Amino acid sequence: MTDAARPDRPTGTFTVKRGLAEMLRGGVIMDVVDAEQAKVAEDAGAVAVMALERVPADIRRDGGVARMSDPALIEGIKAAVTVPVMAKARIGHFAEAQVLASLGVDFVDESEVLTPADEAHHIDKWAFEVPFVCGATNLGEALRRIAEGAAMIRSKGEAGTGNIVEAVRHLRSILGDLRRITTADATERYAWAKELQAPVGLVQEIAETGRLPVPLFCAGGIATPADASLVMQLGAEAVFVGSGIFKSSDPGRMAGAIVEATAHFTDAGLVAKVSTGLGQAMAGQEIGTLGVHLADRGW
Amino acid sequence: MTIGLLALQGDVREHAAAFADLGESVRAVRSPADLPGLAGLVVPGGESTTLSLLLGSSGLFEPLAELLVGGLPVLGTCAGMILLAGEVLDGRSDQRRFGVVDVTVRRNGYGRQLASFESELDVPVLGGGPLPAVFIRAPVVEAVGAGVEVLATLPGDGARAVACRQGRVLVTAFHPELTPDRRLHRLFVEMTKEERR
Repeated sequence: MTDAARPDRPTGTFTVKRGLAEMLRGGVIMDVVDAEQAKVAEDAGAVAVMALERVPADIRRDGGVARMSDPALIEGIKAAVTVPVMAKARIGHFAEAQVLASLGVDFVDESEVLTPADEAHHIDKWAFEVPFVCGATNLGEALRRIAEGAAMIRSKGEAGTGNIVEAVRHLRSILGDLRRITTADATERYAWAKELQAPVGLVQEIAETGRLPVPLFCAGGIATPADASLVMQLGAEAVFVGSGIFKSSDPGRMAGAIVEATAHFTDAGLVAKVSTGLGQAMAGQEIGTLGVHLADRGW
Repeated sequence: MTIGLLALQGDVREHAAAFADLGESVRAVRSPADLPGLAGLVVPGGESTTLSLLLGSSGLFEPLAELLVGGLPVLGTCAGMILLAGEVLDGRSDQRRFGVVDVTVRRNGYGRQLASFESELDVPVLGGGPLPAVFIRAPVVEAVGAGVEVLATLPGDGARAVACRQGRVLVTAFHPELTPDRRLHRLFVEMTKEERR
């Protein structure tokens, strides 16, 4: 899909899609609902911002159908910051993704936080020049999304809860199975592909490399600097923070503290220092009390 | 000899892999305690605004600036080029830069992600055919000072410089670490060895 006038400069290749994902490693991607929040995020050191109408905690509270944001909001956020701007499309809603691509967003999140538009099909992400990130709860789901063209995988966690337990479950499941596959012999890899319901070629690739073919980030429930340190130590390569920043009592400080803790995730002394006197983190929710489990969306 | 990789944010692992292929040892640099004894430094790709902030908060900016002004060989790719440049356009006004290579760069000058592209470059100093190059929201080199050697230009667009060298500073607008071709990293290793003589 290269510009006919520039055959010597192919755009939208998997290398450039995955390349942007690689550049975000070690950073924090922050949910923002307007240009003012986007500035706070960039000032605090966000590597990218995720433009959406309501943070997941509010989507959860309000109920109803959650959709792609108003383009005016996305344009306002694009104009306010110099870092990459991501935006969410509903699972399977390729027309929303087309709109986001036409707005020139840098990454599309095909997200379970919005209400799914298709009960059987995710978006064919190879059909787009814009890169996609998709959520996954386990390795099979991650590999199916990669087979569809995703250039980044994130844990789903349980968005809007301020509870890290689900993201930890997803990371441990994905990374644990990755480690097990590296010890599988050639015959066992076929059985793994069957068990994971994933393409055998991708299973063979991860058996050789020991990692996903695209970066693995953590999302869902991160509310403190120590949460970020935890998931980075578990093997996440960067973090998304949704409600955790702008539902805290001092968003600018919380954002900066999570950036520091993500960059220096093995330095407990530094995490302690940036965690000191931060004010209230967002109020959290027990997973058992939830009416809707967003992570169950997608297949 | 050990090459330091600034490891605050960005694609550090790819640079480590490139030097491992060349048999060179590397050390992650996250605090001033990681600086002594380095033969060279790499400022990787990433977000230059985030890297600028973390360079300040980690206490690395001042001692690194001193080492670079003192002649420590340095390779900067994409965001790394922005942090090493003398002048930055379209950056944040509070963005730190080392100013050790006399180029003026425009952040995201080729456009947003949808304009990111691959190309093949003629880099005479490397020899051996075209160099594959990946440009991700890349900076444009708008002006080059008299003391700067342009190692490669991008065809079209007035043949803009995309790889430059000035003394012990090597900068690229693209990401040599994202492709398996190791010639540019080898050139940098040679620069660190010349320095030791």
